[in-house]
Amino acid sequence: MIQLDQVNKTFGKQQVLNGIGFECSSAQAVAIVGPNGSGKTTLIKSILGMVVPDSGTIRFQGISIGMDARYRNRIGYMPQIGRYPDHMKVGDLFAMMQDLRKGSGSAIDDELIEAFRLPGLYHKNMRTLSGGTRQKVSAALAFLFSPPVLILDEPTAGLDPLSAEILKDKIRIEKQRNRLFLITSHIMSDLDELATDVIYLSEGRVLFYKTLESLKAETGERRLGRAIAHVMEQLLSNG
Amino acid sequence: MSAAVRTEHRPGIFQMLKIARYVVSDILRNRFILAYLLFLLVISMSFFNLESDPVKGMMSLLNIVLIVLPLVSIVFATIHLYNSYEFIELMLAQPLRRIDIILGEYFGVAISLCAAFCTGVGLPILLYDSSIHGATLLISGILLTLAFVSLAFLATVLSRDKSKGIGTALLLWFFSTILYDGIILMGMFAFSDYPLEKAVMFLAFLNPVDLTRIAMLLQLDTAALMGYTGALFQHFFGSALGVSLSFLAMLLWIFIPLWLAVLIFRKKDI
Repeated sequence: MIQLDQVNKTFGKQQVLNGIGFECSSAQAVAIVGPNGSGKTTLIKSILGMVVPDSGTIRFQGISIGMDARYRNRIGYMPQIGRYPDHMKVGDLFAMMQDLRKGSGSAIDDELIEAFRLPGLYHKNMRTLSGGTRQKVSAALAFLFSPPVLILDEPTAGLDPLSAEILKDKIRIEKQRNRLFLITSHIMSDLDELATDVIYLSEGRVLFYKTLESLKAETGERRLGRAIAHVMEQLLSNG
Repeated sequence: MSAAVRTEHRPGIFQMLKIARYVVSDILRNRFILAYLLFLLVISMSFFNLESDPVKGMMSLLNIVLIVLPLVSIVFATIHLYNSYEFIELMLAQPLRRIDIILGEYFGVAISLCAAFCTGVGLPILLYDSSIHGATLLISGILLTLAFVSLAFLATVLSRDKSKGIGTALLLWFFSTILYDGIILMGMFAFSDYPLEKAVMFLAFLNPVDLTRIAMLLQLDTAALMGYTGALFQHFFGSALGVSLSFLAMLLWIFIPLWLAVLIFRKKDI
């Protein structure tokens, strides 16, 4: 579904993405992990076309993403920090997004809007919302158009435990519907519950890309966090 | 597959107009644009009331408009675009083309500013001097607004830093409304022994504010009295050709900076 080949990006002198290449398809839930500044968000933004790579190709369903924006009809994106127009009311924001994506033929999925009780906040200005409530809005927007691909950047950071569980339950339900998930997170236990595969990024390179099962089997660890630590130790001692 | 893709495809112009509509409604929530409208209204009414001759009133109004309109247009558009960073970020994750997003922003800002100008200056003109002169002032004002909004967009996409962008915008305004004429005058003074008419005329094309002034003065038939370049224009082109040429040049002043801004925005990382 998504193919990356030799994707490079530099910001100034810093090479943020360094020959990134991988492929993922529907029904996968790919966890993208790595230290701060390893290029996770830049990678996600490149797939969304918000950052333009210096070289390399990114394909969505076999078609190179260029100036054509239509592939984004099939992507729901939840940013790390959801930033919205200050003066806009919550209800107006949802109405606007539906208006802008009208005619894309996708079914509206308002399960999260209901589960997070957002209609009660429709009259509030986006500016007055707390960080966590904003995250709920971002999550609800990402799932709103039932997209086959969901890109979630730190989805549970900032959510209260109850809301985090609601979101994780939603992700599990959508996984049954063969959606492709790309999820970054620093919360290994969350990824342990949700991911089918793990991509480890370091200094803009893919250090490994394995299924969760094989990663655990190879390292003999039961928890994802331990397994990754194990692989990192191996790589460091070999390298 | 291709049929499915085609039904999803909505012509860009509709998406662009939708974005423009959201931009306008966002701007209207801000009281600044209303203050601008009222300011223009009060200024225009008082000039027409003070002068018994509407042409004289129009001249005084022109002088104020030539200073205030570029300043408000360029600063307002620059600040608006910087403050719309979140909105643009949100739009970029949607199935929208970048060109539609930036042009939607442009038309949203331009329509709001032009509407304020047309109401604030247009109403008094209708009341006091609804002649060809009034129409020329309105059209010139609209073109000048569009040109300075274009320049603002160019300044904004060139720099990520808000204070730098606003600084550039202010510099552009200061240069075109105040500095430019001073430099030309100094040049003419220094080289007064040489025939400079054609050079000076050419230089007027390089400044949208000068262009607007000339077009307006040619219309009012007071070009000969009002400055050197105006007189030259009338002498060389006559009124009709002079007005058409300055109109064409204004279109270039609108189109070229906007086109550059679109080109840069299409490759910009958000």
